[in-house]
Amino acid sequence: MQRKYNPQLTYWLLVLPALLAMAVFYFYPVSRVLWMSVTIPEPGLGNFAQLANSHSINRMLWTTLRISLISTALTLILGYVVAYVITHAEDRRKRLLFMAVLASLWISVLVRAFAWFALLRSDGLINQMLMGLGITDTPLPMMWNEFSVLVGIVHAMLPLAILPLYSGMQSIDPRLVAAARGLGANRRGAFWRIFFPLTLPGVFGASILVFIYALGFYVTPALLGGGRKMMIAEYIKVQILEVVNWGAGSMLASVLLIFIVVTLAIVSRLVDLRKLFGAA
Amino acid sequence: MMTHTPETDTLKIRDLSKTYGKFRALDTVSLGVDQGEFLTLLGPSGSGKTTLLMSIAGFIQPDHGQITLGGRDITHMPPEKRSFGMVFQGYALFPHLTVNDNVMFPLKMRGEKGAQAARRVAEALELVGLSDKGIRYPRELSGGQQQRVALARAIVFQPHMLLLDEPLSALDTQLRGQLQSELKRLHRAVGLTFIYVTHDQSEALSMSDRIAVMREGRLEQVGRPDDLYDRPANRFVAEFMGVENFLPPELSGGQHTLALRAHALELAAGRGRVAAHVTERDYYGAEIRYTAHTESGVPLRFKIAAGQGESLPQEGDAIGLDWQDKDALPLADH
Repeated sequence: MQRKYNPQLTYWLLVLPALLAMAVFYFYPVSRVLWMSVTIPEPGLGNFAQLANSHSINRMLWTTLRISLISTALTLILGYVVAYVITHAEDRRKRLLFMAVLASLWISVLVRAFAWFALLRSDGLINQMLMGLGITDTPLPMMWNEFSVLVGIVHAMLPLAILPLYSGMQSIDPRLVAAARGLGANRRGAFWRIFFPLTLPGVFGASILVFIYALGFYVTPALLGGGRKMMIAEYIKVQILEVVNWGAGSMLASVLLIFIVVTLAIVSRLVDLRKLFGAA
Repeated sequence: MMTHTPETDTLKIRDLSKTYGKFRALDTVSLGVDQGEFLTLLGPSGSGKTTLLMSIAGFIQPDHGQITLGGRDITHMPPEKRSFGMVFQGYALFPHLTVNDNVMFPLKMRGEKGAQAARRVAEALELVGLSDKGIRYPRELSGGQQQRVALARAIVFQPHMLLLDEPLSALDTQLRGQLQSELKRLHRAVGLTFIYVTHDQSEALSMSDRIAVMREGRLEQVGRPDDLYDRPANRFVAEFMGVENFLPPELSGGQHTLALRAHALELAAGRGRVAAHVTERDYYGAEIRYTAHTESGVPLRFKIAAGQGESLPQEGDAIGLDWQDKDALPLADH
């Protein structure tokens, strides 16, 4: 007797390996971290009290939030312009620009951070040029501070912003802008009243993506901040690997996780997330 | 409500040319459009009709030539200054704006607002029969309704003229017929100049005051629908007007190629004016359509009404064909 084909069963069998891997190697460790944050060194919310009490944790959290917000804003503005140019470029140039964006995505963030290092440090290319031209006498402090961290993050995040922005823009019918012009809008009016509002879903999507990535970004801030401008990911690493303070480390990891989940929850109330990430 | 000062609105196009690389999209096109006229640009795709319309609208800058409106040179004027209403293929309604706001858009761009503007929007929507759809979004409307919103938006600001780029091509046949007559009614109601682009000759014939037939960037013939239908200037126009048969001089016995519609050819009792043999016979119920070839290989298409007796020719039969001289259209070229 032939067994009946069950599409439901096949579906689950296909999903199962990935689901198991996620459960064992992802959900389990993450829940362990959550658990540790309320059990080490002793059960209770003692670790979370540090959010209110610890001056250094407080300052680090604000730094993280500020850098993430500023870098998201900068990335979005720069990314929007690039996505706009790619959208309106002719085919050959479009492919070239796309390759350039993807190439920067494919190069390791580590390599890119070191590249900025070579450019920004006191005897780096930029300072040498500025001094060579006589614009400054002493090298500008562009390394190991918030500036270098911002530069590094914006550079690393740009492709992540450009891709969803571009995908939103190229789905806009170019006749809409032409129609607006024909109906009496000048270039600026057609852009702000028609093109820009239609790109807002892409702008939201890219903002969320970049902001969440920036919040937990490790390599670039760690290398370009040089331990002086510490963001949360690096702080957690120091707590766990150097100070061996699992309580504070896991508490901060939990805070990061909860903050991101809450942010997504609020945003999903405002906009349709499934549409943003291309499911609908 | 939508009248316009007449004599200032005569559009003149002189020697307009536009090339893309080696492709000549427009080749020294000259054309005048009278105020209040319904002019159709007719031609196959790639004939330059849309390029011509977009040049008139200001979206395409011609390489040579001049466009004037009431004597004023508008060749290099940006589209937003021309004040031409435009209906795009696919309508180009703003998806993030309601129907009201779509129709309001051109008024807003002209600094009109308040009760006065709202009244004009309501009037325009009433004119296209969509008074109750103002608060809807375009995606909630049917294709025909979207088409009407696009029309309302294009006429609400009392433009100098209305430019329409294949506005009905996305609709099914039945709706198309309905909207054709609505467009004609609208044209009479608002008294605006309409310039209408289509590749559909029956649409052009039924709606237009004049038709300009285009081919490879050139104007082939400009005239009233019956001019074009009864007196096509050349074989291309004749074919576009649905003429099936072309008899070269050596077969017609005259000096010109003769264009003959299928219904003008009839089966001769004897040898007839031209001899051929039947190569194809298709039964259509009310009529039977034949294709025959002459000895020199010229195809001839004709019809016979069904039920005309039993001795209808079969495939392979040798036949003779006749025609009346009044039905034959002599062509100027080949």
